Amino acid sequence: MTAPAITIEHLTKRFGDFTAVDDLSFTVAPGRVTGFLGPNGSGKTTTLRMLLGLMQPTSGRAIVGESDYRDIRRPAQLVGAALEASSFHPGRTGLGHLRTLAPQVGVPDSRCHEVLELVGLDTAKKRRVGGYSMGMRQRLGLAASLLGDPSIIILDEPANGLDPQGIAWLRGLLRALAADGRTVLVSSHVLAEVQQSVDDVVVIGSGKLIHASTLTELEQLASRDVLVRTADYQAADRVLREQGWRVDPHLEHHVVHDVDAAEIGAALHRANLEVHQLADHGADLEAVFLRLTESSDAPTSQFVGHGPTAPPVDVAAPPPPPAAPTAGDLS
Amino acid sequence: MTAALVAEYRKFFSTRLWWVLALVMVGYLALIAGGFALSLSVDTGAEAQPSDFLSPQELATTIYSVTSAIGYVFPLIVGSLAVTSEFRYQTITGSLLVEPRRSVLVIAKLLSSIPMGLAYGMLATLTVVAAGAPVLELAGDGAFLGDGEVIETLVLSVIVMVLWTMMGVAFGTVLTNQVAAIVVVLAFTQLIEPIARVALGAFDATSEISKFLPGAAADALLGSSFFSSFGTGSGPELLPQWGGAIVMVVYILVLAVVGRVTTFRRDIG
Repeated sequence: MTAPAITIEHLTKRFGDFTAVDDLSFTVAPGRVTGFLGPNGSGKTTTLRMLLGLMQPTSGRAIVGESDYRDIRRPAQLVGAALEASSFHPGRTGLGHLRTLAPQVGVPDSRCHEVLELVGLDTAKKRRVGGYSMGMRQRLGLAASLLGDPSIIILDEPANGLDPQGIAWLRGLLRALAADGRTVLVSSHVLAEVQQSVDDVVVIGSGKLIHASTLTELEQLASRDVLVRTADYQAADRVLREQGWRVDPHLEHHVVHDVDAAEIGAALHRANLEVHQLADHGADLEAVFLRLTESSDAPTSQFVGHGPTAPPVDVAAPPPPPAAPTAGDLS
Repeated sequence: MTAALVAEYRKFFSTRLWWVLALVMVGYLALIAGGFALSLSVDTGAEAQPSDFLSPQELATTIYSVTSAIGYVFPLIVGSLAVTSEFRYQTITGSLLVEPRRSVLVIAKLLSSIPMGLAYGMLATLTVVAAGAPVLELAGDGAFLGDGEVIETLVLSVIVMVLWTMMGVAFGTVLTNQVAAIVVVLAFTQLIEPIARVALGAFDATSEISKFLPGAAADALLGSSFFSSFGTGSGPELLPQWGGAIVMVVYILVLAVVGRVTTFRRDIG
């Protein structure tokens, strides 16, 4: 299955004085899962609504393949979209909702049952949507987006309201869709929700593009954190600092940034220190994401060219307790 | 377009609204038709009896015409809800994702309202006959169900109800806020238009205008109206039957076009 790409070109949307989307350009490569990330209110939903012909861009364009969404005949067979978990009539059953869409998607009723089974709503399909949980509504929205067996799938915050099992299930679904060769564009304000599922990331803030790359390239912007716990806190503190590494002292352990766990272990071994824990926390993408989006007004170029040495915003490590004694206090 | 029409039917029949409104309409019209038939047929001993100025046949026609005169609020609401509930529950998003051509959606809603209006119209007319005819037969001077003019009134009642349903859809495309649409429909049909018809009709300069109010146009098409039958003397003249039909259709088209180029052109979000 090959899918056309999605192209966003100089897309701008103004609501009065407020610019929701500001000269945004990026492409979504076919056959890949792209995470569309940014804080709440950064313009993700507005961008998607312009792409799907629900909103008129102030300028620029958003196209699927070579066409405007509005010009595609039976568009739901090419692009499946789930925008909001609240777009259902509460008095309609889950099955009834899908049946209202099926004729114009161009599929028979049997397909409604199929997708309901696929999203795990088989037993609830005869119940009214008013009684559905948030997670069930998300699943129903997903089912609707899959009705036409589209090669492009656009999901706006699909993880909202899902419990941890639901998020795990969603990850599996995204991977399965991508494995079929489908193009998936999934928006989220929480990177961790999609981190394990996406190939590419597009980060926006205040309607502007902040970062667009593969996930691997984003990971290279992140600092790697290794947690070190030894029998002798002060000795370890000395050894780690002697190496010239960036070290965050905590109450009973240290966090070392941007150094291989093996290298740290070797240094501690040379100093004859008894190591109790040496845990590689990997790239802290969430910290990168926060750093990228907190200065949304900054131009894109600020974030280009920074290697792993970019100053990290360390949010992953728990902050020390207020009255944390320092190493010096202990001696 | 076929797919769009099928979709509209599924939207309509997949919630409880259609039969709840049908039940309310039947109950309400049965009460009104039966009640009026009784009050107009039974000799109450008052000085002026309805039979003094209405022939038995006219009386029967007047009773049967309450379908439109009193019942038209139901198809108006059914029609407007077909549009406004999409906005209220944001199902408009899904509807436009599967069919981005908004004119298709508006036209599908208008066309699909014709059979719906036909169904409500027939149900309403049957109700009025079922409640009114026995009373006229037993307490009055006959039900006149075989009478040509009565049959014409009954058939026209159904047609007028179809037009009211379409008008409801067209109105809904202009005012998509569901609560506001219902309030305006109720206020206009129950209060504003009846008053306006009397007020405008009271002066020569404005009585021409009152003929073109939607309710007056419906009465004109029907050829007989509960209100106009009693508007003795002071009641304004009605348009000819064909004129009433044209005025109603013009209302429907103008409202639908206005809705299409205003609310249905806006961003959905």
